[in-house]
Amino acid sequence: MIKISNVEKIYDAPSGKVHALRGINLNIAKGEIYGIIGLSGAGKSTLVRCINMLERPTAGSVIVDGQDMMKLSEDELRGARKNIGMIFQHFNLLTTKTVYDNVAFPLTLTGTPKDKIAKKVEPLLELVGLHDKAKQYPSQLSGGQKQRVGIARALASDPKILLCDEATSALDPQTTKSILSLIRDINKKFALTVVVITHEMQVIKEICDKVAVISDGVIAEKGSVLDVFTNPQHRITREFISVLLSNELPAAFRGNEISSEKVEGALLLLRLNFLGERADDPILAQMIRSIPDVECTMLFGNLDEIHGVPFGRFIVGLSGGESAIQGALNFLSNKEVRVEVIGYVRRNYSAVD
Amino acid sequence: MFGEIIPLLTKALGETVYMVALSMAVASIVGIPLGVLLHTTDKGQILENLPLNKIIGSIVNAVRSIPFVILMVAIIPLTRFLVGSSIGTTAAIVPLVIASIPFIGRQVETSLKEVPAGLVEAAQSMGATPAQIVTKVLLPEAMPSIVSQLTTVIIALVGESAMAGAIGGGGLGDLAIRYGYQRFRPEVMIATVVVLIVLVQLVQFCGNTLARHLDKR
Repeated sequence: MIKISNVEKIYDAPSGKVHALRGINLNIAKGEIYGIIGLSGAGKSTLVRCINMLERPTAGSVIVDGQDMMKLSEDELRGARKNIGMIFQHFNLLTTKTVYDNVAFPLTLTGTPKDKIAKKVEPLLELVGLHDKAKQYPSQLSGGQKQRVGIARALASDPKILLCDEATSALDPQTTKSILSLIRDINKKFALTVVVITHEMQVIKEICDKVAVISDGVIAEKGSVLDVFTNPQHRITREFISVLLSNELPAAFRGNEISSEKVEGALLLLRLNFLGERADDPILAQMIRSIPDVECTMLFGNLDEIHGVPFGRFIVGLSGGESAIQGALNFLSNKEVRVEVIGYVRRNYSAVD
Repeated sequence: MFGEIIPLLTKALGETVYMVALSMAVASIVGIPLGVLLHTTDKGQILENLPLNKIIGSIVNAVRSIPFVILMVAIIPLTRFLVGSSIGTTAAIVPLVIASIPFIGRQVETSLKEVPAGLVEAAQSMGATPAQIVTKVLLPEAMPSIVSQLTTVIIALVGESAMAGAIGGGGLGDLAIRYGYQRFRPEVMIATVVVLIVLVQLVQFCGNTLARHLDKR
Protein backbone atom coordinates (compact mmCIF):
# COMPACT_ATOMS: atom_id res chain seq x y z
CA MET A 1 0.00 0.00 0.00
CA ILE A 2 2.83 2.37 0.91
CA LYS A 3 6.32 1.85 -0.45
CA ILE A 4 9.00 4.22 0.74
CA SER A 5 12.35 3.77 -1.01
CA ASN A 6 15.66 5.47 -0.22
CA VAL A 7 13.92 8.59 1.04
CA GLU A 8 16.21 11.45 2.01
CA LYS A 9 15.21 14.80 3.41
CA ILE A 10 17.59 17.69 3.84
CA TYR A 11 16.45 20.99 5.34
CA ASP A 12 18.18 24.31 4.89
CA ALA A 13 18.42 25.68 8.39
CA PRO A 14 20.15 28.95 9.37
CA SER A 15 22.78 26.82 11.11
CA GLY A 16 23.44 24.81 7.93
CA LYS A 17 21.95 21.78 6.27
CA VAL A 18 19.99 19.38 8.44
CA HIS A 19 19.88 15.81 7.23
CA ALA A 20 16.52 14.75 8.70
CA LEU A 21 16.06 11.47 6.80
CA ARG A 22 19.01 9.44 5.51
CA GLY A 23 17.78 6.74 3.18
CA ILE A 24 14.56 5.32 4.58
CA ASN A 25 13.06 2.10 3.17
CA LEU A 26 9.66 0.91 4.36
CA ASN A 27 6.93 -1.30 2.96
CA ILE A 28 3.54 -1.00 4.54
CA ALA A 29 0.97 -3.58 3.51
CA LYS A 30 -2.74 -2.98 3.06
CA GLY A 31 -4.78 -3.24 6.26
CA GLU A 32 -1.71 -3.16 8.47
CA ILE A 33 -1.16 -0.93 11.49
CA TYR A 34 2.45 0.15 11.14
CA GLY A 35 4.13 1.95 14.02
CA ILE A 36 7.08 4.26 13.63
CA ILE A 37 8.73 5.03 16.94
CA GLY A 38 11.52 7.45 17.63
CA LEU A 39 12.68 10.18 19.99
CA SER A 40 11.82 13.78 19.17
CA GLY A 41 14.10 14.93 16.38
CA ALA A 42 14.59 11.40 15.08
CA GLY A 43 12.75 12.28 11.87
CA LYS A 44 9.52 10.38 12.40
CA SER A 45 7.21 13.38 11.86
CA THR A 46 9.12 14.31 8.71
CA LEU A 47 8.83 10.73 7.50
CA VAL A 48 5.06 10.54 7.94
CA ARG A 49 4.69 13.89 6.15
CA CYS A 50 6.64 12.48 3.23
CA ILE A 51 3.81 9.98 2.73
CA ASN A 52 1.27 12.69 1.85
CA MET A 53 3.89 15.15 0.58
CA LEU A 54 3.31 17.74 3.28
CA GLU A 55 7.09 17.43 3.21
CA ARG A 56 8.65 16.72 -0.16
CA PRO A 57 11.56 14.28 0.08
CA THR A 58 14.89 15.58 -1.26
CA ALA A 59 15.52 12.19 -2.89
CA GLY A 60 13.96 8.75 -3.13
CA SER A 61 10.47 7.65 -3.98
CA VAL A 62 7.14 7.31 -2.23
CA ILE A 63 4.53 5.09 -3.84
CA VAL A 64 1.07 5.20 -2.26
CA ASP A 65 -1.64 2.91 -3.59
CA GLY A 66 0.28 2.50 -6.85
CA GLN A 67 0.80 6.25 -7.36
CA ASP A 68 4.25 7.81 -7.40
CA MET A 69 3.56 10.72 -5.05
CA MET A 70 6.69 12.62 -6.11
CA LYS A 71 5.60 12.78 -9.75
CA LEU A 72 2.07 14.13 -9.19
CA SER A 73 1.10 17.67 -10.18
CA GLU A 74 -0.26 19.96 -7.45
CA ASP A 75 -3.77 19.18 -8.58
CA GLU A 76 -3.28 15.41 -8.74
CA LEU A 77 -1.60 15.56 -5.35
CA ARG A 78 -4.65 17.23 -3.80
CA GLY A 79 -6.74 14.40 -5.21
CA ALA A 80 -4.36 11.78 -3.86
CA ARG A 81 -4.39 13.40 -0.41
CA LYS A 82 -8.14 12.77 -0.15
CA ASN A 83 -7.16 9.12 -0.08
CA ILE A 84 -4.95 9.69 2.97
CA GLY A 85 -6.59 10.84 6.21
CA MET A 86 -4.43 12.38 8.89
CA ILE A 87 -4.85 13.05 12.61
CA PHE A 88 -2.59 15.20 14.73
CA GLN A 89 -1.21 15.54 18.24
CA HIS A 90 -2.95 18.88 18.76
CA PHE A 91 -6.08 17.82 16.85
CA ASN A 92 -5.99 20.91 14.57
CA LEU A 93 -9.74 21.44 14.58
CA LEU A 94 -11.28 24.66 13.28
CA THR A 95 -12.23 26.61 16.41
CA THR A 96 -14.91 28.69 14.68
CA LYS A 97 -16.79 25.66 13.35
CA THR A 98 -19.00 23.19 15.18
CA VAL A 99 -18.14 19.50 15.59
CA TYR A 100 -20.48 18.70 12.71
CA ASP A 101 -18.93 21.31 10.40
CA ASN A 102 -15.43 20.17 11.30
CA VAL A 103 -16.23 16.61 10.26
CA ALA A 104 -17.96 17.92 7.14
CA PHE A 105 -14.98 20.13 6.25
CA PRO A 106 -13.15 17.76 3.84
CA LEU A 107 -16.45 17.23 2.01
CA THR A 108 -17.16 20.96 1.67
CA LEU A 109 -13.74 21.30 0.01
CA THR A 110 -14.96 19.14 -2.85
CA GLY A 111 -18.31 20.89 -3.05
CA THR A 112 -20.33 17.90 -1.86
CA PRO A 113 -24.08 18.71 -1.65
CA LYS A 114 -25.50 19.25 1.86
CA ASP A 115 -27.71 16.15 1.98
CA LYS A 116 -24.83 13.91 0.96
CA ILE A 117 -22.66 15.53 3.63
CA ALA A 118 -25.29 14.79 6.26
CA LYS A 119 -25.49 11.16 5.16
CA LYS A 120 -21.73 10.88 5.61
CA VAL A 121 -21.18 12.95 8.76
CA GLU A 122 -23.96 11.57 10.96
CA PRO A 123 -22.84 7.91 10.84
CA LEU A 124 -19.25 9.06 11.45
CA LEU A 125 -20.26 11.01 14.56
CA GLU A 126 -22.14 7.91 15.66
CA LEU A 127 -19.04 5.79 15.06
CA VAL A 128 -16.80 7.98 17.21
CA GLY A 129 -19.52 8.36 19.84
CA LEU A 130 -20.10 12.10 19.52
CA HIS A 131 -23.56 12.23 18.01
CA ASP A 132 -24.88 14.38 20.84
CA LYS A 133 -22.03 16.90 20.48
CA ALA A 134 -22.67 17.77 16.81
CA LYS A 135 -23.61 21.39 17.52
CA GLN A 136 -20.86 22.08 20.05
CA TYR A 137 -17.61 23.89 19.35
CA PRO A 138 -14.23 22.17 19.84
CA SER A 139 -13.44 24.39 22.86
CA GLN A 140 -16.34 22.72 24.69
CA LEU A 141 -14.83 19.24 24.27
CA SER A 142 -12.23 17.27 26.20
CA GLY A 143 -8.95 16.24 24.55
CA GLY A 144 -10.19 12.72 23.83
CA GLN A 145 -13.39 14.05 22.29
CA LYS A 146 -11.40 16.47 20.14
CA GLN A 147 -9.31 13.59 18.82
CA ARG A 148 -12.51 11.68 18.06
CA VAL A 149 -13.64 14.63 15.97
CA GLY A 150 -10.23 14.55 14.28
CA ILE A 151 -10.67 10.86 13.49
CA ALA A 152 -14.19 11.36 12.13
CA ARG A 153 -12.93 14.25 10.00
CA ALA A 154 -10.06 12.15 8.66
CA LEU A 155 -12.51 9.39 7.68
CA ALA A 156 -15.01 11.70 5.97
CA SER A 157 -13.40 11.43 2.54
CA ASP A 158 -13.31 7.59 2.71
CA PRO A 159 -9.51 7.31 2.79
CA LYS A 160 -7.63 4.05 2.36
CA ILE A 161 -4.85 5.21 4.65
CA LEU A 162 -4.86 6.93 8.03
CA LEU A 163 -1.75 8.72 9.25
CA CYS A 164 -1.59 9.32 13.00
CA ASP A 165 1.02 11.88 14.02
CA GLU A 166 1.51 11.50 17.80
CA ALA A 167 -2.27 11.26 17.99
CA THR A 168 -2.36 10.25 21.64
CA SER A 169 0.66 12.14 22.95
CA ALA A 170 -1.45 14.97 24.36
CA LEU A 171 -3.91 12.62 26.07
CA ASP A 172 -3.96 10.93 29.46
CA PRO A 173 -3.38 7.14 29.64
CA GLN A 174 -7.08 6.28 30.00
CA THR A 175 -8.09 8.40 27.01
CA THR A 176 -5.10 7.09 25.04
CA LYS A 177 -6.42 3.56 25.48
CA SER A 178 -9.89 4.47 24.24
CA ILE A 179 -8.54 6.37 21.22
CA LEU A 180 -6.22 3.48 20.36
CA SER A 181 -9.06 0.98 20.53
CA LEU A 182 -11.11 3.26 18.27
CA ILE A 183 -8.25 3.31 15.76
CA ARG A 184 -8.07 -0.49 15.98
CA ASP A 185 -11.80 -0.75 15.37
CA ILE A 186 -11.80 1.45 12.29
CA ASN A 187 -8.72 -0.37 10.99
CA LYS A 188 -10.71 -3.60 11.09
CA LYS A 189 -14.02 -2.13 9.99
CA PHE A 190 -12.76 -0.29 6.91
CA ALA A 191 -9.65 -2.44 6.19
CA LEU A 192 -7.79 0.83 6.65
CA THR A 193 -4.01 0.95 6.44
CA VAL A 194 -2.80 2.89 9.48
CA VAL A 195 0.58 4.52 10.07
CA VAL A 196 1.17 5.44 13.70
CA ILE A 197 3.92 7.86 14.70
CA THR A 198 4.74 7.87 18.38
CA HIS A 199 7.46 8.09 21.00
CA GLU A 200 5.59 5.74 23.34
CA MET A 201 6.26 2.00 23.15
CA GLN A 202 2.92 1.45 24.89
CA VAL A 203 1.12 2.69 21.77
CA ILE A 204 3.11 0.34 19.55
CA LYS A 205 2.45 -2.60 21.86
CA GLU A 206 -1.25 -1.78 22.10
CA ILE A 207 -2.23 -1.58 18.44
CA CYS A 208 0.60 -2.05 15.94
CA ASP A 209 1.27 -5.13 13.84
CA LYS A 210 4.67 -3.96 12.62
CA VAL A 211 7.09 -1.45 13.96
CA ALA A 212 10.05 0.53 12.66
CA VAL A 213 12.41 2.17 15.11
CA ILE A 214 13.84 5.38 13.71
CA SER A 215 16.91 7.08 15.08
CA ASP A 216 18.89 9.98 13.60
CA GLY A 217 17.03 9.75 10.31
CA VAL A 218 17.65 6.04 9.71
CA ILE A 219 15.59 2.96 10.48
CA ALA A 220 17.50 1.25 13.27
CA GLU A 221 15.29 -1.81 13.33
CA LYS A 222 12.00 -3.00 11.91
CA GLY A 223 9.81 -6.07 11.98
CA SER A 224 6.75 -7.52 13.64
CA VAL A 225 5.98 -6.02 17.04
CA LEU A 226 6.30 -9.44 18.65
CA ASP A 227 9.80 -10.00 17.23
CA VAL A 228 11.04 -6.55 18.06
CA PHE A 229 9.65 -6.73 21.60
CA THR A 230 10.95 -10.16 22.43
CA ASN A 231 14.27 -9.90 20.64
CA PRO A 232 15.33 -6.26 20.24
CA GLN A 233 18.58 -5.86 18.29
CA HIS A 234 19.34 -2.19 18.61
CA ARG A 235 20.27 -0.22 21.72
CA ILE A 236 17.61 2.41 21.04
CA THR A 237 14.93 -0.29 20.73
CA ARG A 238 15.94 -1.78 24.07
CA GLU A 239 15.68 1.66 25.61
CA PHE A 240 12.15 2.12 24.28
CA ILE A 241 11.13 -1.31 25.49
CA SER A 242 12.74 -0.84 28.90
CA VAL A 243 10.16 1.86 29.64
CA LEU A 244 7.51 -0.85 29.51
CA LEU A 245 9.51 -3.89 30.49
CA SER A 246 12.12 -3.06 33.06
CA ASN A 247 15.50 -4.61 32.42
CA GLU A 248 16.81 -3.82 35.86
CA LEU A 249 17.90 -6.49 38.25
CA PRO A 250 15.82 -7.08 41.38
CA ALA A 251 16.75 -4.61 44.12
CA ALA A 252 18.58 -7.24 46.18
CA PHE A 253 21.16 -7.58 43.37
CA ARG A 254 21.12 -4.14 41.86
CA GLY A 255 24.39 -2.26 41.97
CA ASN A 256 26.46 -5.27 42.97
CA GLU A 257 29.40 -6.37 40.86
CA ILE A 258 28.51 -8.68 37.97
CA SER A 259 31.15 -11.28 37.23
CA SER A 260 31.37 -13.76 34.38
CA GLU A 261 33.55 -16.05 36.51
CA LYS A 262 32.15 -18.11 39.30
CA VAL A 263 32.09 -16.22 42.56
CA GLU A 264 31.68 -17.97 45.89
CA GLY A 265 28.30 -17.30 47.48
CA ALA A 266 26.91 -15.61 44.35
CA LEU A 267 23.99 -16.70 42.21
CA LEU A 268 24.26 -17.04 38.45
CA LEU A 269 21.48 -14.77 37.20
CA LEU A 270 19.65 -15.65 34.02
CA ARG A 271 17.09 -13.65 32.13
CA LEU A 272 14.54 -15.96 30.50
CA ASN A 273 12.04 -14.97 27.82
CA PHE A 274 9.21 -17.33 27.01
CA LEU A 275 7.07 -16.76 24.00
CA GLY A 276 3.71 -18.03 22.85
CA GLU A 277 2.66 -21.55 23.86
CA ARG A 278 6.02 -22.02 25.58
CA ALA A 279 5.05 -19.47 28.17
CA ASP A 280 2.65 -22.07 29.57
CA ASP A 281 5.16 -24.97 29.63
CA PRO A 282 6.64 -25.93 33.00
CA ILE A 283 10.20 -25.63 31.68
CA LEU A 284 11.78 -24.63 34.99
CA ALA A 285 10.10 -27.49 36.82
CA GLN A 286 11.37 -29.89 34.16
CA MET A 287 14.86 -28.49 34.49
CA ILE A 288 14.94 -28.96 38.26
CA ARG A 289 13.64 -32.48 37.89
CA SER A 290 16.22 -33.50 35.28
CA ILE A 291 19.16 -31.80 37.04
CA PRO A 292 18.45 -32.25 40.74
CA ASP A 293 21.82 -30.76 41.81
CA VAL A 294 20.96 -27.27 40.66
CA GLU A 295 19.13 -24.82 42.92
CA CYS A 296 16.85 -22.41 41.11
CA THR A 297 15.53 -19.26 42.76
CA MET A 298 12.82 -17.18 41.09
CA LEU A 299 13.76 -13.50 41.47
CA PHE A 300 11.44 -11.75 39.07
CA GLY A 301 8.56 -12.80 36.89
CA ASN A 302 6.13 -11.11 34.56
CA LEU A 303 3.62 -12.46 32.09
CA ASP A 304 2.45 -10.07 29.38
CA GLU A 305 0.61 -10.34 26.10
CA ILE A 306 1.39 -8.86 22.70
CA HIS A 307 -1.45 -9.26 20.23
CA GLY A 308 -2.84 -12.18 22.21
CA VAL A 309 0.51 -13.99 22.28
CA PRO A 310 1.64 -14.70 25.84
CA PHE A 311 5.09 -13.36 26.61
CA GLY A 312 6.80 -14.29 29.87
CA ARG A 313 9.92 -12.70 31.31
CA PHE A 314 11.75 -14.11 34.30
CA ILE A 315 14.97 -13.60 36.15
CA VAL A 316 16.16 -16.67 38.00
CA GLY A 317 19.23 -17.30 40.09
CA LEU A 318 21.07 -20.62 39.80
CA SER A 319 23.44 -22.11 42.32
CA GLY A 320 25.12 -25.47 42.58
CA GLY A 321 28.15 -27.26 41.23
CA GLU A 322 29.76 -26.15 38.01
CA SER A 323 28.63 -29.22 36.10
CA ALA A 324 25.10 -28.89 37.43
CA ILE A 325 24.92 -25.27 36.29
CA GLN A 326 26.37 -26.13 32.90
CA GLY A 327 23.79 -28.92 32.65
CA ALA A 328 21.00 -26.50 33.46
CA LEU A 329 22.18 -24.06 30.78
CA ASN A 330 22.37 -26.87 28.23
CA PHE A 331 18.89 -28.02 29.21
CA LEU A 332 17.45 -24.54 28.73
CA SER A 333 19.24 -23.95 25.42
CA ASN A 334 17.47 -27.02 23.98
CA LYS A 335 14.09 -25.65 24.97
CA GLU A 336 12.24 -22.89 23.17
CA VAL A 337 13.19 -20.20 25.59
CA ARG A 338 15.56 -17.32 25.09
CA VAL A 339 18.26 -17.34 27.75
CA GLU A 340 20.48 -14.41 28.51
CA VAL A 341 23.22 -15.06 31.04
CA ILE A 342 23.65 -11.96 33.18
CA GLY A 343 26.49 -13.28 35.36
CA TYR A 344 27.34 -14.13 38.94
CA VAL A 345 25.98 -11.54 41.36
CA ARG A 346 26.00 -11.54 45.15
CA ARG A 347 22.82 -10.88 47.02
CA ASN A 348 22.70 -7.63 48.93
CA TYR A 349 20.84 -8.55 52.10
CA SER A 350 20.07 -5.04 53.28
CA ALA A 351 18.20 -4.06 50.11
CA VAL A 352 14.48 -3.49 50.24
CA ASP A 353 12.46 -3.58 47.02
CA MET B 1 -26.66 79.00 22.17
CA PHE B 2 -26.95 75.22 22.11
CA GLY B 3 -29.67 75.56 19.53
CA GLU B 4 -26.98 76.87 17.20
CA ILE B 5 -24.32 74.29 18.10
CA ILE B 6 -26.45 71.19 17.64
CA PRO B 7 -27.07 71.48 13.89
CA LEU B 8 -23.35 72.28 13.45
CA LEU B 9 -22.41 69.19 15.46
CA THR B 10 -24.83 66.90 13.65
CA LYS B 11 -23.58 68.03 10.26
CA ALA B 12 -19.94 67.64 11.31
CA LEU B 13 -20.60 64.25 12.86
CA GLY B 14 -22.33 63.15 9.66
CA GLU B 15 -19.30 64.25 7.63
CA THR B 16 -16.88 62.44 9.95
CA VAL B 17 -18.92 59.23 9.83
CA TYR B 18 -19.09 59.52 6.03
CA MET B 19 -15.33 60.00 5.71
CA VAL B 20 -14.48 57.22 8.14
CA ALA B 21 -17.01 54.71 6.82
CA LEU B 22 -16.25 55.24 3.16
CA SER B 23 -12.47 55.26 3.55
CA MET B 24 -12.65 52.22 5.82
CA ALA B 25 -14.73 50.35 3.24
CA VAL B 26 -12.46 51.21 0.32
CA ALA B 27 -9.27 50.63 2.32
CA SER B 28 -10.52 47.23 3.53
CA ILE B 29 -11.24 46.06 -0.01
CA VAL B 30 -7.55 46.57 -0.81
CA GLY B 31 -6.06 46.20 2.68
CA ILE B 32 -7.47 42.79 3.63
CA PRO B 33 -6.21 41.05 0.48
CA LEU B 34 -2.92 42.90 1.02
CA GLY B 35 -2.72 41.42 4.52
CA VAL B 36 -3.48 37.95 3.14
CA LEU B 37 -0.72 38.42 0.55
CA LEU B 38 1.76 39.64 3.18
CA HIS B 39 1.08 36.57 5.29
CA THR B 40 0.79 33.85 2.65
CA THR B 41 3.93 34.86 0.72
CA ASP B 42 6.01 34.87 3.90
CA LYS B 43 8.54 32.16 4.67
CA GLY B 44 7.00 28.71 5.19
CA GLN B 45 3.50 29.87 4.19
CA ILE B 46 1.24 28.43 1.50
CA LEU B 47 2.27 30.81 -1.30
CA GLU B 48 5.83 31.44 -0.14
CA ASN B 49 7.45 34.02 -2.39
CA LEU B 50 10.11 35.91 -0.50
CA PRO B 51 11.07 38.48 -3.20
CA LEU B 52 7.41 39.49 -3.62
CA ASN B 53 6.95 39.52 0.15
CA LYS B 54 9.98 41.81 0.57
CA ILE B 55 8.82 44.23 -2.12
CA ILE B 56 5.27 44.53 -0.77
CA GLY B 57 6.56 44.73 2.79
CA SER B 58 8.90 47.60 1.91
CA ILE B 59 6.15 49.57 0.17
CA VAL B 60 3.85 49.04 3.15
CA ASN B 61 6.54 50.22 5.54
CA ALA B 62 7.35 53.23 3.39
CA VAL B 63 3.74 54.45 3.27
CA ARG B 64 3.26 53.76 6.96
CA SER B 65 6.29 55.81 7.91
CA ILE B 66 4.91 59.01 6.35
CA PRO B 67 3.08 61.13 8.95
CA PHE B 68 -0.55 61.60 7.93
CA VAL B 69 -0.43 65.42 7.68
CA ILE B 70 2.49 65.19 5.26
CA LEU B 71 0.91 62.36 3.24
CA MET B 72 -2.25 64.42 2.93
CA VAL B 73 -0.43 67.38 1.41
CA ALA B 74 2.01 65.31 -0.63
CA ILE B 75 -0.66 63.47 -2.58
CA ILE B 76 -2.79 66.52 -3.41
CA PRO B 77 -2.10 66.06 -7.17
CA LEU B 78 -3.33 62.47 -6.98
CA THR B 79 -6.39 63.55 -5.01
CA ARG B 80 -7.17 66.22 -7.58
CA PHE B 81 -6.79 63.66 -10.35
CA LEU B 82 -9.06 61.13 -8.66
CA VAL B 83 -11.91 63.28 -7.31
CA GLY B 84 -11.38 66.52 -9.24
CA SER B 85 -10.66 68.64 -6.16
CA SER B 86 -8.30 68.66 -3.23
CA ILE B 87 -10.75 70.32 -0.86
CA GLY B 88 -13.88 68.85 0.68
CA THR B 89 -15.05 65.76 2.46
CA THR B 90 -14.79 63.43 -0.51
CA ALA B 91 -11.29 64.68 -1.31
CA ALA B 92 -10.25 63.87 2.25
CA ILE B 93 -11.12 60.24 1.63
CA VAL B 94 -8.21 59.76 -0.79
CA PRO B 95 -5.38 60.31 1.74
CA LEU B 96 -7.39 58.50 4.42
CA VAL B 97 -7.67 55.42 2.19
CA ILE B 98 -4.01 55.53 1.19
CA ALA B 99 -2.88 55.82 4.79
CA SER B 100 -5.21 53.02 5.94
CA ILE B 101 -4.44 50.38 3.30
CA PRO B 102 -0.97 49.47 4.61
CA PHE B 103 -2.19 49.83 8.20
CA ILE B 104 -5.01 47.33 7.57
CA GLY B 105 -2.58 45.11 5.67
CA ARG B 106 -0.24 44.84 8.63
CA GLN B 107 -3.08 44.40 11.14
CA VAL B 108 -4.65 41.60 9.09
CA GLU B 109 -1.22 39.99 8.64
CA THR B 110 -0.74 40.01 12.41
CA SER B 111 -4.14 38.36 12.90
CA LEU B 112 -3.44 35.67 10.30
CA LYS B 113 -0.11 34.87 11.95
CA GLU B 114 -2.02 33.90 15.09
CA VAL B 115 -3.77 31.04 13.27
CA PRO B 116 -1.89 27.87 14.30
CA ALA B 117 0.17 26.40 11.46
CA GLY B 118 -1.31 22.99 12.28
CA LEU B 119 -4.72 24.11 11.01
CA VAL B 120 -3.25 25.00 7.64
CA GLU B 121 -1.37 21.72 7.57
CA ALA B 122 -4.56 19.80 8.38
CA ALA B 123 -6.39 21.53 5.53
CA GLN B 124 -3.50 20.74 3.17
CA SER B 125 -3.63 17.11 4.23
CA MET B 126 -7.29 17.08 3.21
CA GLY B 127 -6.43 18.38 -0.24
CA ALA B 128 -7.47 22.02 0.19
CA THR B 129 -6.31 24.52 -2.46
CA PRO B 130 -4.49 27.68 -1.36
CA ALA B 131 -7.65 29.69 -2.11
CA GLN B 132 -9.70 27.33 0.09
CA ILE B 133 -7.13 27.58 2.86
CA VAL B 134 -7.42 31.38 2.78
CA THR B 135 -11.20 31.57 2.62
CA LYS B 136 -12.16 28.53 4.71
CA VAL B 137 -9.36 28.35 7.26
CA LEU B 138 -7.20 31.46 7.63
CA LEU B 139 -9.81 34.22 7.38
CA PRO B 140 -12.58 32.52 9.42
CA GLU B 141 -10.14 31.42 12.14
CA ALA B 142 -8.55 34.87 12.33
CA MET B 143 -11.88 36.72 12.11
CA PRO B 144 -12.28 37.56 15.83
CA SER B 145 -8.77 38.98 15.86
CA ILE B 146 -9.25 40.77 12.52
CA VAL B 147 -12.38 42.46 13.88
CA SER B 148 -10.45 43.70 16.92
CA GLN B 149 -7.59 44.94 14.75
CA LEU B 150 -9.93 46.70 12.30
CA THR B 151 -11.63 48.41 15.25
CA THR B 152 -8.25 49.96 16.02
CA VAL B 153 -7.97 51.08 12.40
CA ILE B 154 -11.42 52.73 12.53
CA ILE B 155 -10.47 54.62 15.67
CA ALA B 156 -7.23 55.76 14.05
CA LEU B 157 -9.30 56.89 11.06
CA VAL B 158 -11.53 59.02 13.31
CA GLY B 159 -8.39 60.84 14.46
CA GLU B 160 -6.94 61.17 10.97
CA SER B 161 -10.24 62.38 9.57
CA ALA B 162 -10.12 65.23 12.10
CA MET B 163 -6.74 66.22 10.66
CA ALA B 164 -8.13 66.00 7.15
CA GLY B 165 -10.85 68.36 8.31
CA ALA B 166 -8.21 70.96 9.03
CA ILE B 167 -7.45 71.28 5.32
CA GLY B 168 -11.07 71.81 4.42
CA GLY B 169 -12.35 68.30 4.66
CA GLY B 170 -15.21 69.14 6.99
CA GLY B 171 -16.18 66.93 9.90
CA LEU B 172 -15.66 67.24 13.63
CA GLY B 173 -11.99 68.23 13.40
CA ASP B 174 -12.81 71.07 11.06
CA LEU B 175 -15.61 72.24 13.37
CA ALA B 176 -13.35 72.20 16.41
CA ILE B 177 -10.62 74.20 14.63
CA ARG B 178 -12.77 76.77 12.90
CA TYR B 179 -15.38 77.43 15.59
CA GLY B 180 -13.69 76.31 18.75
CA TYR B 181 -10.17 77.58 18.12
CA GLN B 182 -10.27 80.32 15.50
CA ARG B 183 -13.50 81.95 16.76
CA PHE B 184 -12.70 81.50 20.47
CA ARG B 185 -15.77 79.33 21.21
CA PRO B 186 -14.57 76.92 23.93
CA GLU B 187 -18.05 75.41 24.29
CA VAL B 188 -17.92 74.25 20.64
CA MET B 189 -14.47 72.80 21.25
CA ILE B 190 -15.68 70.92 24.33
CA ALA B 191 -18.85 69.69 22.64
CA THR B 192 -16.80 68.39 19.68
CA VAL B 193 -14.37 66.60 21.93
CA VAL B 194 -17.28 65.02 23.85
CA VAL B 195 -18.84 63.82 20.60
CA LEU B 196 -15.49 62.37 19.48
CA ILE B 197 -15.05 60.55 22.79
CA VAL B 198 -18.55 59.07 22.56
CA LEU B 199 -17.96 58.07 18.95
CA VAL B 200 -14.70 56.29 19.73
CA GLN B 201 -16.21 54.53 22.76
CA LEU B 202 -19.12 53.37 20.62
CA VAL B 203 -16.84 52.01 17.88
CA GLN B 204 -14.68 50.19 20.44
CA PHE B 205 -17.75 48.74 22.16
CA CYS B 206 -19.23 47.46 18.89
CA GLY B 207 -15.87 46.01 17.83
CA ASN B 208 -15.37 44.21 21.13
CA THR B 209 -18.90 42.81 21.13
CA LEU B 210 -18.62 41.52 17.57
CA ALA B 211 -15.18 40.00 18.18
CA ARG B 212 -16.41 38.25 21.32
CA HIS B 213 -19.44 36.94 19.48
CA LEU B 214 -17.24 35.47 16.71
CA ASP B 215 -14.68 33.94 19.05
CA LYS B 216 -15.55 30.31 19.83
CA ARG B 217 -12.23 29.42 21.45
